[in-house]
This record gives sequence, structure tokens and C-alpha cells, in this order.
Amino acid sequence: MRPVAVIGLGKTAFGAFPDRDLRSLAVEAGRKSLEDAHVSPSQIEAFYLGNFAGPSFVGQNHLAPYIAGAMDIKDVPCTRFEAACASSGSAFFHAVSAVGAGLYDVVLVGGVEKMTSQPTAKVSEILAGAGDMDGEGRAGATFAALFAMIARRHMYQFGTTREQMAAVAVKNHANGAKNPLAHMRKVITMETALKGKPISDPLTIYDCSLVSDGAAAAVIAPLERASEFTDKPVRILGVAQTSDYVALDQKADITLFRAVKAAAEKAYKMAGVTAQDIQFAEVHDCFTIAEIIALEDLGFVKKGDGGPYVLEGRTCLKGERPVNTSGGLKAKGHPVGATGVGQICDVAQQIRGEAGERQIEHNSLGLAQNLGGSGATAVVTVLGKA
Amino acid sequence: MSVEDPVSENPVTENPGLGVVYTETVVFAPPEQFIADAPYQLAIIELGSGGRLTARIAGDSAQADRVHIGDAVHFAEFKNGIPFFRKA
Repeated sequence: MRPVAVIGLGKTAFGAFPDRDLRSLAVEAGRKSLEDAHVSPSQIEAFYLGNFAGPSFVGQNHLAPYIAGAMDIKDVPCTRFEAACASSGSAFFHAVSAVGAGLYDVVLVGGVEKMTSQPTAKVSEILAGAGDMDGEGRAGATFAALFAMIARRHMYQFGTTREQMAAVAVKNHANGAKNPLAHMRKVITMETALKGKPISDPLTIYDCSLVSDGAAAAVIAPLERASEFTDKPVRILGVAQTSDYVALDQKADITLFRAVKAAAEKAYKMAGVTAQDIQFAEVHDCFTIAEIIALEDLGFVKKGDGGPYVLEGRTCLKGERPVNTSGGLKAKGHPVGATGVGQICDVAQQIRGEAGERQIEHNSLGLAQNLGGSGATAVVTVLGKA
Repeated sequence: MSVEDPVSENPVTENPGLGVVYTETVVFAPPEQFIADAPYQLAIIELGSGGRLTARIAGDSAQADRVHIGDAVHFAEFKNGIPFFRKA
């Protein structure tokens, strides 16, 4: 596979935007990324879109050409990818694979979700559809319930505490407060995080990511052509997508995500790096426990050491390995279909040195980890300075 | 009617018998169709017959009926296709 680079980035703010529709969000992100890459719509050879549940949230189908058309992208393959919360991670993986294989040169990848027009219980119901509706869904499991059961088991086996999980929320809120595009720019204390309203025991409202509207986009091209478009290309060193059972009760060990471990192993091998080489990461903190498990699955720490690693401050902005400098899904927001490409944009922004007051010093090798459902899809991407 | 209604089919058709709680939670924020049930306890049961099953725990989730990891449970009943277990 030939080397591929990210040559353009575009994101909308994440938040609750009652006066914005799905298409206008996706178009805003797409246009920003084209502008950033100095690419015109007619130069785009394919459009890969990640979206989880546009048909359920807003009643619109056939989304990829619907959005592409509004950007004057015509006569090319435009395809929607659905992999629950890893929808745009999956779109990105397939786009990079196609460019790497020589199928296309200049490709646009986007992700979008418009969630806040539905009441919370309806949102929970739509999201539950990313699980097994014939088993756990039928019994009344929300995604918070599934991750609460994961948390319970992790606490039981490894002594992970409520305080360690709350430390993830406190850190991510501190980072999100510094991110102008974040949904919730509010610092919270450990006390607040521990006293949140119960959602699904042991998880409180502060353990859960946000229901958001938003979109993200990236333009990719072969590395050898990157300098035609930009003087700040970001190299895609490794990318892998893997799968596992959809139902949580079918997984032998729910204290880890085997799809994430497998994707990380493949992505590291492709990039020629080890876990210890990764300087910073955007990980899929749909719930605080998921960030703790991600640290373990990605090989940053030993199994069971994720909680203490966070509580000791080693993943904060000034720590040895900053995690979720964007604020993560917890504070930046989680417009499900936009999250995967949003993470790519956040890692690339750090590598380009454009993260403002969140900018970290050691920024040459970063990672994005995107999770679908309770681990049935995982996408891991390693990005570096070109 | 000659055609079976698929909605009324149970995913588990036989009595799952005895089991042990592998993990559990109490749901306070349910999906739309279960608002009337909340709060309710949900658990993954390790069945004596092998395999695991996501089920509800019968009774009051805030009281003595509540189960914890490692507790022995037995099958109680099916309600609307949902298996319910009770502390043994």
C-alpha cells in the first residue's frame, strides 16, 4: 500500500443546534476541509460518509449523495458507512484503503450526526439499536447499561474505583473548556463528578458522553502528492478496522475490547511502532470506563492499571501521555457519526501544532481509537508528522 | 391467524434454569418503551447449562431483591419475551 496523508481538516462546533439541519452541518465541515486542503469540489474523486442513524434521527436516507450534491461534488462514488459510533472511523479506514491501493488520489471523508432534535428517551432507543435488539435490547439495555455492566465487572476484577472513572470526566472537562469547538466548555470538580445523577449504576451523568449535533471532514491524498495541496500534511502511518460480536453477553471477557486490541496490533505493525512510542491519543470515551479500558487495550498500561494511570494525572494535558486533549466525547461532544473523523481531525491538529492553548509539546506521533457499540467495531489510526 | 407473530417469539424458548450473576446494573434512564419499569435491574447471567444471557432481575432493584456479581439466581418467568431471574 502506498503512503497516504491527511491534507485538509474541517470541523463544525459540536453542540445542540436547534436551527441547524444535518446537511448544513456536514456541508460546513466538508467545505472547511476542502478549503484547508486548497482542493475544489471537482477534484474530489470519491466521498466516504460516516453516519449512524440519520434515517432514525431526522428521517433522511441516501445521505452521501444528498450531502455531496450540496457541495457540488458530482459524478463520483458517494457512499454512507454505518458502524454505530465507529461509522466515520470505518469510512476513514475504507477511504485510506482505497487511496492506498491506488483506486483514487483525492478523496473526501466526512462524518455527521444530528441527534438533539429527539427527546433523550428516544435517543436512547435509537442508540440501543447498535446493540443486539433480540437479546440485550429486548431486555431493556441502553448503552449506558451495557457500559455500566462493563464497569461493574472491571471494578470487581481489578479494583477500579468510582473516583478513577470520575477522574476521566474531570480531565476531559478541563480539556474541553479550552476547546472552542467543544459542546461543554465547563470545568468540573471531582466532587461534582462523583455526585452526578444516577443513569445506570455505577455510572452517573458525569460518566456519560454528550448527545450532540456536529460534523467533521478530512481530505486525504497520496503522500507523494500532498505537497501540491498543503505545506502541513499529516501522514497516516497505520490504520486498521476489526470486529467482534455485537451482543455484550456473547463476549468471553467484557473487561476488554478484543476488537480494539486487534486493531491496535495491526495499526502498530503497519506503522512500525509500538504502544510505548505513541505520545498522545484521542480515545473513544463514550463512557468514562471506556477510556480506562482503551488505555489498557491500546497497550499504554498493563491490564487493570488504566484507572490509577488516569487518577495519577499521567494522561492530562501536562502528563506523560496526554489523552483526549480535545475534551473527548465527554466534553467535546459525541455526534455519533462524526466522532471517528472528528478524532482524526483532533490528532492531526495537534501534529500540525494548531491546538491553541491545548497544544502539547511532544506531538509527532498520535493515535485515534474509535469504538462501535459495545466493541463490535473498532478502528485504530496512527498519525505522524510527514 | 396462520402466520406466527414474530414479536411474540422468545429468543430463549426453554426455561434457562439456574445461573450466577456475571455482572449487573440498575437502569435509571431507560429507553422510551421501558420508562414505566424504571428503575430496574439488568444482569448478564452465567447459566448453569453454559453460555450467558442478558436478563432482568425480578422485584425491587433498591431493596433485598437486588443481586450482585457472584450471586446465585434462578429463572422466574418470561414477561413480554424478557427472561426474569430471582435471587436463589
